Amino acid sequence: MPQDKQQAPFLRLQHVSKTFPGVNALQDISFDVCAGEVHALIGENGAGKSTLIKVLSGVYQPDPGAVIEIEGERVSSLTPIEAMRKGIIVIFQDFSLFPTLTVKENIAFSEQVDKGNKLVDWKGVEKTARKAIEELGVNIDLNARINTLSTAKQQLVAIARALVYDAKLLVMDEPTSALSSGEVDALFRIVDRLRSRGMAIIFISHKLDELFRIADRMTVLRDGTLVGSAPTQEMDRKKLISMMVGREISEEHMAGSHIGDPILEVKNISKQGNFQNISFTLKRGEVLGITGLVGAGRTEMVRALFGLNHPDSGEIYMEGKPIAPKSPAEAQQLGIAFVPESRQTEGLILQQNAENNITLSILRTLTGAGGLIRFPLRRTRAQELIKDLNVKPPYPDMDAAKFSGGNQQKIVVAKWLATNPKVLIVDEPTNGIDVGSKSEIHRLLRDLADQGMAVIMVSSELPEIFSISDRILVMRRGRITGEFDGATATQEMLMEKAVLSSPAS
Amino acid sequence: MIQHIKKNRAQYFLFLFLIILIAVMSALAPGKFLTVRNFKNMGFQMAEFGILAIGMSVVIMTGGINLSLVNSAMLAAIVGSFVMRALYNGGEGMADIPVIIIGIVVVMAVSVVCGLINGYFVAAVGVVPLLVTLGTQTMFNGASLNITKGSAISGLPKLFTRIGAGSLGDIPYTMLIYVAVILVAYFLIERTPWGVSVYMVGGNEKATRFSGINTKATLMKVYIFSAVMAGIAGILMTSRYNSARADYGSSYTMQAVAATVLGGTSINGGSGHVLGTVVAVAILQVISSGFNIIGINRNITDIVTGLILVGVLSINYFTSRDRVKKAAKA
Repeated sequence: MPQDKQQAPFLRLQHVSKTFPGVNALQDISFDVCAGEVHALIGENGAGKSTLIKVLSGVYQPDPGAVIEIEGERVSSLTPIEAMRKGIIVIFQDFSLFPTLTVKENIAFSEQVDKGNKLVDWKGVEKTARKAIEELGVNIDLNARINTLSTAKQQLVAIARALVYDAKLLVMDEPTSALSSGEVDALFRIVDRLRSRGMAIIFISHKLDELFRIADRMTVLRDGTLVGSAPTQEMDRKKLISMMVGREISEEHMAGSHIGDPILEVKNISKQGNFQNISFTLKRGEVLGITGLVGAGRTEMVRALFGLNHPDSGEIYMEGKPIAPKSPAEAQQLGIAFVPESRQTEGLILQQNAENNITLSILRTLTGAGGLIRFPLRRTRAQELIKDLNVKPPYPDMDAAKFSGGNQQKIVVAKWLATNPKVLIVDEPTNGIDVGSKSEIHRLLRDLADQGMAVIMVSSELPEIFSISDRILVMRRGRITGEFDGATATQEMLMEKAVLSSPAS
Repeated sequence: MIQHIKKNRAQYFLFLFLIILIAVMSALAPGKFLTVRNFKNMGFQMAEFGILAIGMSVVIMTGGINLSLVNSAMLAAIVGSFVMRALYNGGEGMADIPVIIIGIVVVMAVSVVCGLINGYFVAAVGVVPLLVTLGTQTMFNGASLNITKGSAISGLPKLFTRIGAGSLGDIPYTMLIYVAVILVAYFLIERTPWGVSVYMVGGNEKATRFSGINTKATLMKVYIFSAVMAGIAGILMTSRYNSARADYGSSYTMQAVAATVLGGTSINGGSGHVLGTVVAVAILQVISSGFNIIGINRNITDIVTGLILVGVLSINYFTSRDRVKKAAKA
């Protein structure tokens, strides 16, 4: 999808630096985005992507010496409102919608405010909203409330709202992180449509495969500096990854070395509307990858093992004994640990510090005389785990919210390692995590298995599944549709089982 | 140490504020405020309110609220008084001490039942605490009125009134009880696994449950603890007034919420300290007693108390917002 190189850039940034006390968040960045171009912005967490977005949307003022030009015109200082007036719209990960208002109210609200009428012109609202939705070529009930819509639909509403603002540059921050692959395809069709209308789009994502599908140009940031910028056809995966991390990262298969006896046996468990006739055996020292499309019932199934989703029928055996965990507390007693899909809402207590989060699962074991917690012991345990997992920065007193995504995930894993589990279940362990931390987490899961733990890893990302799984199960519509050896399976084999109905079923 | 002060600076700020307030009152009413007599008086008044405030704080730490606090205190006190009056029978029944012991046991039993009712609906059924306790507030009050028919229950053992009015030297018994309650509450809430999980539930109930903590049991215990605090306060009030009535202490509910947030507990849950609440209770007491001594109209006292509350909360808000800003930049 090469674009005409003669086009004048819609936005041009030159020599943009941004320093905060003690930190150079951005150093001499020069960057431009053309109309009709999808420009991928790539970098590990903390590379400066967010800071750059905040500069170009007027939230942060760059250090003196920076030049910002919009449509060839120099802008002396940009405020958020000015940036919006000039057509720079950012869609953040949470979409910033009003959850209890309807689709049309969300889309057309700003226009009504701008008009300054005392009363709301409901016909105008309806008209504006319908026009915006039609421009996207999608079908959404204008009177539905936002909190009744799926994530994918909410995102469409956010995009439609951007159209009402007359967006010329649309910045999308991790737009696909919560979407299924079908929804990603639908989103990409819309992005294509907007691009062909001449909109400039900045696309931030960690999912490199997607970027190769959608982006015209790629710009890589690392530690606040611009490492490189090139048209997509001049890039490849390996080159991109090495630019991001400054070192080569192998995506090779890490196979298990000491696979032992079966520890967990699942026999024919079913739950109406969730999963059907699931049977498998998990061995000590093994990483069992479970993949499939979003909505295939993988999460529901592993939650059943952790006491969060009780099966209607079937049996589960742990070390030969039948078990039926009814709560996470019971599952923990049995030696089952679970790192949930959403670390922010289910994995962590964000406003509590790392130490509190890490030791939450073992509080009862840290007590001394009179049932009081021994704080020095607790501190020592937290520090040990922080060190073992290489949590950065290694501060037990820092609030969980302030760690990067990768380190937050390490904290959640640390919380479970503290309990010395026999079975560790991880659900989408590297969702939204930068490449460097990602391979660290893969290495960690592999090491844990090699030390004798049994690991179940649910993931939608095939490279991740391939990287550490000894065995791979594929689920589709609540059933296991395929089982493969991790060393010999191919992407095509898995996709076929994930997407196509097999003749047998 | 410096780290500790930085982290808890709202607490130290509050304590400093209390000291300054005492100094100002002493200067404004020389020879009247800074006296043993006045401090003894404050001790009598502060205990029941302080214990109620602790009972409110622990619920707010979980992100809930207990509007039925004072009503459960009075219901328990009324049932206990009813039993005591019957057993004592104007001095012709049982002796003082067994009557009082039975009375206290009854008060505590009724309190635990009140706590179980709140805890059941909040923890097991999952109804919002505000609504549950709004309902039980009316329910407990209704039960109290049914027993007393709106009047006070008196005729309690003579010795019983000594709890609220007696003192050991210059230290009121109520103050001793208050200190004991503070110590127990401090250790339970800030040093035990249950106490730590109280904060965690307030921060994120789901993540806490997903960490293998039985959050229903945690919440259940929170409401029982709160009701037990109310029961103790109920005993002190009944003893001080030498009678029990459905509407005693009714203004304490919202004041306990005020003391909790003034003491640094976030109304959203997940944070706070027992000692913060204790200092806040002392501040409110010093203002009230100080103004009384100086001779300022009671209504003016309320205005000033309200202003201080808004002021301190604003300062807390801005200092914590600054902290967040700095963190975001780093």
